[in-house]
Amino acid sequence: MNYNWDWAIFFKPTGIGSEIYLDWFITGLGWTIAIAIVGWIIALALGSLLGVMRTVPNRWIAGAATAYVEIFRNVPLLVQLFLWYFLVPDLLPEPLQIWFKQDLNPATSAYLSVVVCLGLFTAARVCEQVRTGIQALPAGQTAAAYAMGFRLPQIYSNVLLPQAYRIIIPPLTSEFLNIFKNSSVASLIGLMELLAQTKQTAEFSANLFEAFTLATLIYFTLNMGLMLLMRAVEKKVAVPGLIAVGGK
Amino acid sequence: MISIKNVNKWYGSFQVLTDCSTEVKKGEVVVVCGPSGSGKSTLIKCVNALEPFQQGDIVVDNTSIADPRTNLPKLRSRVGMVFQHFELFPHLSISENLTIAQVKVLGRSKDEAIEKGLKLLDRVGLLAHANKHPGQLSGGQQQRVAIARALAMDPVVMLFDEPTSALDPEMVNEVLDVMVQLAQEGMTMMCVTHEMGFARKVADRVIFMDAGQIVEDCPKQAFFGDVSQRSERAQQFLAKILQH
Repeated sequence: MNYNWDWAIFFKPTGIGSEIYLDWFITGLGWTIAIAIVGWIIALALGSLLGVMRTVPNRWIAGAATAYVEIFRNVPLLVQLFLWYFLVPDLLPEPLQIWFKQDLNPATSAYLSVVVCLGLFTAARVCEQVRTGIQALPAGQTAAAYAMGFRLPQIYSNVLLPQAYRIIIPPLTSEFLNIFKNSSVASLIGLMELLAQTKQTAEFSANLFEAFTLATLIYFTLNMGLMLLMRAVEKKVAVPGLIAVGGK
Repeated sequence: MISIKNVNKWYGSFQVLTDCSTEVKKGEVVVVCGPSGSGKSTLIKCVNALEPFQQGDIVVDNTSIADPRTNLPKLRSRVGMVFQHFELFPHLSISENLTIAQVKVLGRSKDEAIEKGLKLLDRVGLLAHANKHPGQLSGGQQQRVAIARALAMDPVVMLFDEPTSALDPEMVNEVLDVMVQLAQEGMTMMCVTHEMGFARKVADRVIFMDAGQIVEDCPKQAFFGDVSQRSERAQQFLAKILQH
């Protein structure tokens, strides 16, 4: 390949203010993490609630959660993002609309849209994992808890969920990593997260290969770190004699 | 203590319990036996409302289960139940298994619950295992913990649903010994079991069920005495079960 690699590019000035290109990547990484973490908090909280709802002995509650999952799982993420960013604000009451479109900094309104979008999208997937985790437990566990006088909410919080979460840590880890990768859709509504900064670097400097190589390395390192973190969590909460800690 | 009155239960159009009536008096030990599918487990699960029934009533310690105003969690907290597959909570240590319901259901203090739990654990001979998890114990040990866990709630009656059926043969006796001791101390017990040795030793009455009906309900002496007085179905069952 006839290409002049120039790795020093990241330390060269961008020509905008006193920034070097590396600063752009750091800012981008900051946005990526901010999107993913807040999105994940929404996804985990809402997904857990929905997962529980799908398993309760009430057809209407379970049906509502099922409908949620079907809607959010069957529409492409990018379409959902455009709906949240372009359509939903127009459906808000007048004062909120003005606030969202005019008062907010454009980066903030894009950030809110993408966080809500990723949180709700990922919640549907977390829901399915929580549901399968609960359903994987023997029915006798619920019966035993009832027999001791527990009420349904106590059964979920003390008996079912602590076991279900332990079972689903591996698929939940995948979902946690996915939300970091999926955060890159934010670049399409103008939020300068890692991918957007990479594209901008490529266009400004013409060092396209270096820029995307660095972005790849950052995503990869970030996700490897998260995976190791989750594996440590799995080890920490492992119960002797219950579920073997998987994978080396 | 337990009064079962004309209980009928259906799964869809299939009737699993037909007109079942019996009584368990305070301090009495009643063994329920019968072939698989006869409804004995279903009947015992109706006693603490783990299984709903469509007709009839069960009154436990003056509380009607069919009455919609009954506080079922409260009733269940006073009825101990031991399951075929132990159903200890595997994510909790043995001592946590013994204390969690005392604290969260009965509102006892943690110290009080631990003291009570450990005393009962000692009684079933497993005090040394208090900090282990259920997965680290044998089946027989787990079932003894399950009995201690039920006793920690100070139940007025204990229900046993085939407590030894899932155990290796050499572990059956350690569980039966605990049950015999409990019976001799005057605990009111209703036991679904095929352990006829246990029935002979401590039962006051034996109930034999078949096809969802109570076919025999008589004192132990009568049940094991002159077999020719028993129904044909009970005779066949006894012939099979007493061969070994």
